[in-house]
Amino acid sequence: MVSRDPQGAVWPGRGEDPPAVASRAVMTETIPELEPRVRRIVARWNHDPTGLVQILREVQEEFGCVPRPAAALVARFLRIPYSRVTGVASFYSFLAIEPRGEYRILFSDNITDRMAGSERLMDVLCHRLWVEPGKVSEDGLVSVERTSCTGLCDQGPALLVNGRAIPALTDERIERIGDLVLARTPLPEWPAGLFTVADNVRRSDILLGHGLAPGDAIRAALQRGARGWSEHAANERSWREAYVGAAQGPIATLEEVKRSNLRGRGGAGFTTGVKWEACRHATGLERYIVCNADEGEPGTFKDRVLLTSHADLLFDGMTVAAYAIGASRGFLYLRGEYRYLLDHLEDVLERRRAANLLGSGICGQPGFDFDVRIHVGAGSYVCGEESALIESLEGKRGVPRNRPPYPVTNGYRQQPTIVNNVETLCAAALIAVHGGDWYRGIGTLKSSGTKILSVAGDVERPGLYEYPFGVTIRQVLEDCGARNTQAVQVSGPSGICIDATEFDRRIAFEDLPTAGAFTVFDAGRDMFEVARNYAHFFAHESCGFCTPCRVGTSMLVAAMDKIHAGNGTQHELREINRLNRVLLMSAHCGLGHTACNPILDTLKRFRPAYERKLRSLDFTPAFDVDGALGRARQMTGRDDADAHLEAQT
Amino acid sequence: MNERPTFLLDGVEVSFEPGQTVMQAALAAGRYIPHLCYHPEFRPHGSCKVCTAKVNGRMMAACTTPAEAATEVESDTEELNELRRTLVQMLFAEGNHFCPSCEKSGNCILQALGYDLGVMTAGFRHLFPDRPVDASHPEILLDFNRCILCELCVRAAREVDGKHVFSLAGRGLGKHLIVNAESGRLVDTDVKVTDKAVEVCPVGVILRKRVGFATPIGERRFDATPISAQALVDAPRPLEKHHD
Repeated sequence: MVSRDPQGAVWPGRGEDPPAVASRAVMTETIPELEPRVRRIVARWNHDPTGLVQILREVQEEFGCVPRPAAALVARFLRIPYSRVTGVASFYSFLAIEPRGEYRILFSDNITDRMAGSERLMDVLCHRLWVEPGKVSEDGLVSVERTSCTGLCDQGPALLVNGRAIPALTDERIERIGDLVLARTPLPEWPAGLFTVADNVRRSDILLGHGLAPGDAIRAALQRGARGWSEHAANERSWREAYVGAAQGPIATLEEVKRSNLRGRGGAGFTTGVKWEACRHATGLERYIVCNADEGEPGTFKDRVLLTSHADLLFDGMTVAAYAIGASRGFLYLRGEYRYLLDHLEDVLERRRAANLLGSGICGQPGFDFDVRIHVGAGSYVCGEESALIESLEGKRGVPRNRPPYPVTNGYRQQPTIVNNVETLCAAALIAVHGGDWYRGIGTLKSSGTKILSVAGDVERPGLYEYPFGVTIRQVLEDCGARNTQAVQVSGPSGICIDATEFDRRIAFEDLPTAGAFTVFDAGRDMFEVARNYAHFFAHESCGFCTPCRVGTSMLVAAMDKIHAGNGTQHELREINRLNRVLLMSAHCGLGHTACNPILDTLKRFRPAYERKLRSLDFTPAFDVDGALGRARQMTGRDDADAHLEAQT
Repeated sequence: MNERPTFLLDGVEVSFEPGQTVMQAALAAGRYIPHLCYHPEFRPHGSCKVCTAKVNGRMMAACTTPAEAATEVESDTEELNELRRTLVQMLFAEGNHFCPSCEKSGNCILQALGYDLGVMTAGFRHLFPDRPVDASHPEILLDFNRCILCELCVRAAREVDGKHVFSLAGRGLGKHLIVNAESGRLVDTDVKVTDKAVEVCPVGVILRKRVGFATPIGERRFDATPISAQALVDAPRPLEKHHD
């Protein structure tokens, strides 16, 4: 059987392989104007296959999913294999090949959302909308699913509806959402109050209270070069080559960043100046600045606030970095969960172009050319890993590359590239203005400057807290109004879980390094369930490239779920240890290496939370024979003693 | 004549050409490092992690790590062989591998590696995924149940056959092999039975039809020679001395 779309393209094989959802609202044969609409999207990205993830995201926004005929058109227009298009589309959890509901609702599933009652609220909404979690309603109107942390932990529980964030869910707001969906109210007409996201800045220091105007950092960097060299400042060919004098600005800026001893704020803590210098010295045709705004670590949300309220500082930092290393193109890789910030960020970029803070001859410096393009992610935590992020920027599946070589020499399009965290680039802008010595005077010996913590969980005042490095956990807990605290997850599940005996430890690279997440658990929380939630997160986000992570994270989930179900024994604990060893020894990237951290940490510190769930037996099969009859009982409507195996034995 | 640089592999010197990986140098020197997704004819990508070795104390995939002079590489240790056994067990548990009824038995690298490493049980709960076969092509059968996601067919099609037949889709445990056709069926691709991609499958996913069991079980490649010896026979010949 062969079907045709209005443009006459032939889609073979329908007869043998009927779409599973024939009655859905989005029927691929009936999409009007499919070809011109897809063509417009592909043209917007210059028919460039490196824009594939962006093209698919826009196709999804246009059609509610990536229908197969649209995928085929994308392949044709980009002249790439169809299987590459579907291979990429199926990698990102926000992209769907099968139709989802007209309203696609994704509940944030971080542990903080659960602690605030997200599961119950999801149940309430599902009942109201008469839809099963993970499925599309019969009429195609709505689908409700879970998604990884959406970065609204200080105002959870949260959800995304067609990509727009709704925080602070309550029964009342859930009822409202249900009504709006059932009334088929178009999203732009939903009350704006639903979408209001608060900054919740609780403690500001040099960064959150910077007080700088757009362009201050760039002008300061240019000024550094001009000092004593003003007669050579102009450079007609390139501001980074030719005249010795013209090169002083970038070098002076780089020196300040090096002197500041600024270290990457994404968690790994690589020295920023060293990274910039390596990139500056690497040979290549072009250099790139990439801002990693793929803030996916559960529990962190500082970048959301920086992007919302300090975007100019960030773009100043990117432009200063471009000036220092000699880049003329930059990317902001914005996580898909923050798609709602895209228009705002594009506006900021436009305003900066108009103010000559972007574009060519920035701030009147001939040859100082730089511009920024925003790429939006599509639901993949592993893309926060810098080489996976670059793969995604190139329109591929977000699989971390083999290293070496590193991005500083072989990054975007194999050219020298620096990938820096949002907060790092903001700090770089401050350093450009105030100098490296000033910055190094703040914080501790090995950790200069300040760190923004995303505080959430069992605290009175969740939100952002900026401290000089060296602050104790106890101080933070006191400031945010935490009481009866049992544990703190520092830097999210890939970080470390500490207990009350360790609250005098300090936030610093020499003690507790962190990317910013600071999740607090009081004595009433079951730390086993915390670890189980994180285990599910890692299994969901594993890219599947390497055996240990692809299989190992799922087996960890199976073991944790078995313990949760009350069938766990010492056997499971041994298996968990074995899996942890394999992940640590052989996983391809940091995701796999750290996937076992939450379990290892909680086993070490909260072992009773595990042991009270274990059966005393040495082994219990995961397969529950009586449980397997549950479906039959449901179908026959029986639940008497004879319908149970155990009752008879 | 310049001396070729060397590194130590389990305490024994191995010389290498600059640019070679640890795996390439080892095989050329007649030393076996267990591996699955590595194939001497294709660009290594290091996904199976069976070849994990300790290079100067750091765990690295031998197939993607460039050989460096004066490094110390540990491979044949109990710690690493235990890791390899576990990885092979994970692959057995992940897919649906029923050796006794598989056409590839005796020629299968996964099976041979299991025997060679002394894997006695699957070790983990089987996941029993639902993976339909694709018998659409008149000459080639695809049995995805046995896929270990080594991507050799993807690489062979691209690098040798110069076409796009296979790709990967999904992620995490849901990662799976797909073919380049809107119908999703092999018959609608431009694959040929003579393609390198068809020949290269190390397990029993890509099978030629109507030639099954031509060689009786018991007389197959790895029935006669364990893979640790066979891999050295198959390895590219060591470079001639006068090349120096």
